[in-house]
Amino acid sequence: MSPAPIVTFENARLAYGPRVLWEGLDLQVQPGEFLAVLGPNGSGKTSFINTMLGTTALDAGRVFIDGAPVCRGSDSVGLIPQQRPFGDNVPLRARDLVALGIDGTRPGIRLARRAVRAKVDELLELVGAGGYANRAVSDLSGGEQQRLRAAQALAGDPKVLLCDEPLLSLDLHHQQAISEVIHHQAVQRGSAVIFVTHEINPILPYVDRVLYLAEGRFHLGSVDEVMRTEVLSELYGAPVQVLRVNGRIVVVSGDGNRALPPDGHDHAEDAGPASGAQGANGKQA
Amino acid sequence: MDFADFIEKAFNFEDYALLLPLVGNSLVAGAALGIVGGLIGIFIMMRDMAFAVHGIAELSFAGAAFALLIGVDVVTGSVFGSLIAALILGVLGTRARDRNSITGVLMPFGLGLGILFLSLYEGRSANKFGLLTGQIVAVDDVQLGGMLMLSAVVVLALALIWRPLTFASADPVVANARGVRTAGLSIIFMMVLALAVAVTIQVVGALLVLALLITPAAAAMRVSSNPVLTVILSVLFAELAVVGGILLALAGSLPISPYVTTISFVIYLVCRGIEAVRSPRRHQV
Repeated sequence: MSPAPIVTFENARLAYGPRVLWEGLDLQVQPGEFLAVLGPNGSGKTSFINTMLGTTALDAGRVFIDGAPVCRGSDSVGLIPQQRPFGDNVPLRARDLVALGIDGTRPGIRLARRAVRAKVDELLELVGAGGYANRAVSDLSGGEQQRLRAAQALAGDPKVLLCDEPLLSLDLHHQQAISEVIHHQAVQRGSAVIFVTHEINPILPYVDRVLYLAEGRFHLGSVDEVMRTEVLSELYGAPVQVLRVNGRIVVVSGDGNRALPPDGHDHAEDAGPASGAQGANGKQA
Repeated sequence: MDFADFIEKAFNFEDYALLLPLVGNSLVAGAALGIVGGLIGIFIMMRDMAFAVHGIAELSFAGAAFALLIGVDVVTGSVFGSLIAALILGVLGTRARDRNSITGVLMPFGLGLGILFLSLYEGRSANKFGLLTGQIVAVDDVQLGGMLMLSAVVVLALALIWRPLTFASADPVVANARGVRTAGLSIIFMMVLALAVAVTIQVVGALLVLALLITPAAAAMRVSSNPVLTVILSVLFAELAVVGGILLALAGSLPISPYVTTISFVIYLVCRGIEAVRSPRRHQV
């Protein structure tokens, strides 16, 4: 752990009013490291990402990116958001969406067309999206759109790639493909990846460390250290069982009568047994 | 009136050469409006704001009616009405759903105010009707100057914020994360839109603004996803509708609006037809 860390949290705390999402967070993410961030809904996963984007401020403590305090719109940070469908009313082709990642924040109209075009072609090849460069974004599948998001996020050559549930609503095949693309880029460029997800299984082969947020607390460590029955039970303050089935990790609540589906499509980790809202979401009758 | 009478009324080219010089100012105003409508329509579509445009138009109408009543410049009146409406929508309606309900509340109020002012007005009754359904047969030099200036402001402002506005409209989450000031940009856009609506009302009237601010862009988006081509087509369609409408209206004793709206609508139908022939797949969904 000798090189300078890319992301550093120092005694960080985030709360909305009296509700503390997490506090006392000290974290250093190294170049090339793949950090998975797990936790139930409302545990502050997206807020965690936002503190590194500079769109949410910490209540206490500090966060640095590449040695400097976070500043909004920095090229050191790339974001791959959740997949959201583009409407018919977006007159952009795949290449135009990626181009916005290169110079979309600058004022005026684009004059350096040729330079941008060359860079876009390079980025599209990188994520394997060259085949549909000239198709309308609204015609592309969710998986294809997420490849473009990856290309867009890589445009600024970021030091850290922040991924906010990028696999949500994708089928298994695309989940694997997108995870692969993200991991590959991180390793090749030596940038760090911080990957917020409900579901650890698609990224299990790539994860170096896990940050598990729940009930205003967190646990940080390797997959084997964190994804254990004792650790998660303590975190949730209620019995939880962590099972390994065919190389996958399944989290179920411990009292037995709320067995969760074995794979992540119903977001096994999401249904924290101590969460009061769980009965209301009606997944398990 | 039988059909022959209607044709006689709608298309009668007997005195065409005599009449043409009389509409010189109107043609110039119309041409400027075509550029404004074609350009801003792209963003209205991307931001899904058709209904908001209609709401702004009704308050703009109220402003114009008030100006007529107290005997000041009508264009100034409609600019003020538009700006007030746009500010209210911009501040209160940041989310699309809020915006729709606020528009729904504002629109009848504006229309009612306008009707009140008009019924108090004791001048020529042709002026009254013109504000709602359009009449630019007589644009005097002063009015023309004002309309050209407003159009220039709209086009310049759009050119200045074109790229970040495209980014923020297509992809607000990523744009915001990359440092685009999406909230500020949205207010600026509302102001620019207000000016565009105020100009458009002078030509086609408050009830028909959408024919020039939405239809051309919507038509262009049916046939192209290339952002540059979409803009060119959108402006071209708007020009065809407004300039073509004025020229045709000259040949009859009917107001300009039905010609403009009909041309605009036919262009839209043709574009949908082209789209259906090209990619029938998209319509099976």
